Amino acid sequence: MRALWSLWRRDMLLALRRPSEVLTVVFFFVVVAALFPLAIGPERPTLRMLAPGVLWVGALLASLLALNRLFEADHRDGTLEQMLLSGTPLTLLVVAKIAAHWVLCGLPLVLLAPLLGVLFDLSGDALGVLALSLLIGTPVLSCLGAIGAALTLGLRGGGVLLALLVLPLFVPVLVFGAGAVEALAAGLGSGAHLSILMALLLLSGLFSPWACAQALRIALE
Amino acid sequence: MRWESWSAFWHMGGYAMYVWGSVGMCMASLALEVWWARRERTNTLRDLRAELAAQAAALEGEGT
Amino acid sequence: MRRIPWTHFAAPQTFYGLAGVCWKPLAFLALALAVAGMWVGFMVAPTDAQQGEGYRIIFWHVPVSWMSMIIYLAMAFWGVVCLVFRARMAGMLSQALAPTGALFAFLSLWTGALWGKPMWGAWWVWDARLTSELILFFLYIGFIALTSAIEDPRRADRAGALVAIVGALNVPIIYFSVKWWNTLHQGASVSLNRAPSMAQTMLWGMLLMALACWVYALAMVLYRSRSLILQRERHADWVAQLPECQPGVPA
Repeated sequence: MRALWSLWRRDMLLALRRPSEVLTVVFFFVVVAALFPLAIGPERPTLRMLAPGVLWVGALLASLLALNRLFEADHRDGTLEQMLLSGTPLTLLVVAKIAAHWVLCGLPLVLLAPLLGVLFDLSGDALGVLALSLLIGTPVLSCLGAIGAALTLGLRGGGVLLALLVLPLFVPVLVFGAGAVEALAAGLGSGAHLSILMALLLLSGLFSPWACAQALRIALE
Repeated sequence: MRWESWSAFWHMGGYAMYVWGSVGMCMASLALEVWWARRERTNTLRDLRAELAAQAAALEGEGT
Repeated sequence: MRRIPWTHFAAPQTFYGLAGVCWKPLAFLALALAVAGMWVGFMVAPTDAQQGEGYRIIFWHVPVSWMSMIIYLAMAFWGVVCLVFRARMAGMLSQALAPTGALFAFLSLWTGALWGKPMWGAWWVWDARLTSELILFFLYIGFIALTSAIEDPRRADRAGALVAIVGALNVPIIYFSVKWWNTLHQGASVSLNRAPSMAQTMLWGMLLMALACWVYALAMVLYRSRSLILQRERHADWVAQLPECQPGVPA
């Protein structure tokens, strides 16, 4: 457990020393959210209808951007191999890395989304559900994406390849995440969607770190 | 026989473009796949034979 | 049950021989089944009451859809064998299966669109099955892209195996989510599942075509795996001794 905590702290410290990486992800989200009204037009009803999908896709793409960096730095300086050789189970170390990654790249999206939602004229309730769906959903994206990041470690064209591998897996999260906000708008209540998102979180939380550890072994051996 | 004439068969009750478009694409793609696989094998064998010949020549060169 | 020496064929050398013997008869069988299936589907099966002659697309659409899913499951199966038993042949089989599976997925989308246009008025209707098929196609492309991008064959095999397994486990979840999404937004009004109520001959036609596609896939995988084996095992003695590798012999 100590190893988990210290790895998490180390990742956080390293990232906070070079905040540009985290900030680019956040600004990407903002830019994408700002582009859509420019493309679609400023009519409020249209924006309100499209907001859940647009914001969720924006968050998804921003998460993808961040995933490349999950293992890259450690791979380059050899820390990753040390982690493989150390006594601590690789799965636990992966959990620490994914957790740090989510706090740095996923949580800002969750906090920023309601602000962007205001740009799309979403109601207070909708903003709340949006934030909640992202809160549950972005960790799932981090978990699933970590597997892709591990598989594409060190490959040329890794970023695009990572996106190609991982986007199909993101579809359920997107459907239920955006769907939660849309269900609220339709008067159906978002409970069912959010519950399914929770289930996806539990499933991916349980299995992804192990799968990711296997992928790391495959990439490094 | 279901069809009164060959032209009726090709006409497919007005759905000719869709039905034959589908059947045609399937057959063409599968034929393409077969061609591609055969070509892959030919190329592999050709490269392999060249490699083995080069190795044999190198060995003979060493032997003298 | 007498112990079948399955592991005997796990060695590339023996598999090469087995595949070499089997692929041709299978190819001819596939052709025969396809001719039979086309005969039943296009010459014997009656006209549909609602869809006229246009429904005959299902004699290709349904078999290729089934095969695209079955092949992915096969890839995942060999992926498990590859990771658990570290069998070289398993990784090669997965990679030999992928192009055929991807092709079937593409054909499913193509024939689906050509079926949807006259029946439902649009080339693409975002129904649950077609959308899931599209995602399956992306999964295939991802597998092929990843295995092509990795130079070390062992790593490529194992990475591909993991991708296939993760993908296969996710396909039910993806299908369920797409179905949910579809019913929520369209109220299940449009669905390519509303196939015409099947006459016996229609079912027979579909079954024959499905068998034809399955046997074709078998033949194609066996044929393609032979090229893969030659590429991987090029330094082995047994490859140098092969008759087709002797100089001056046509392939």
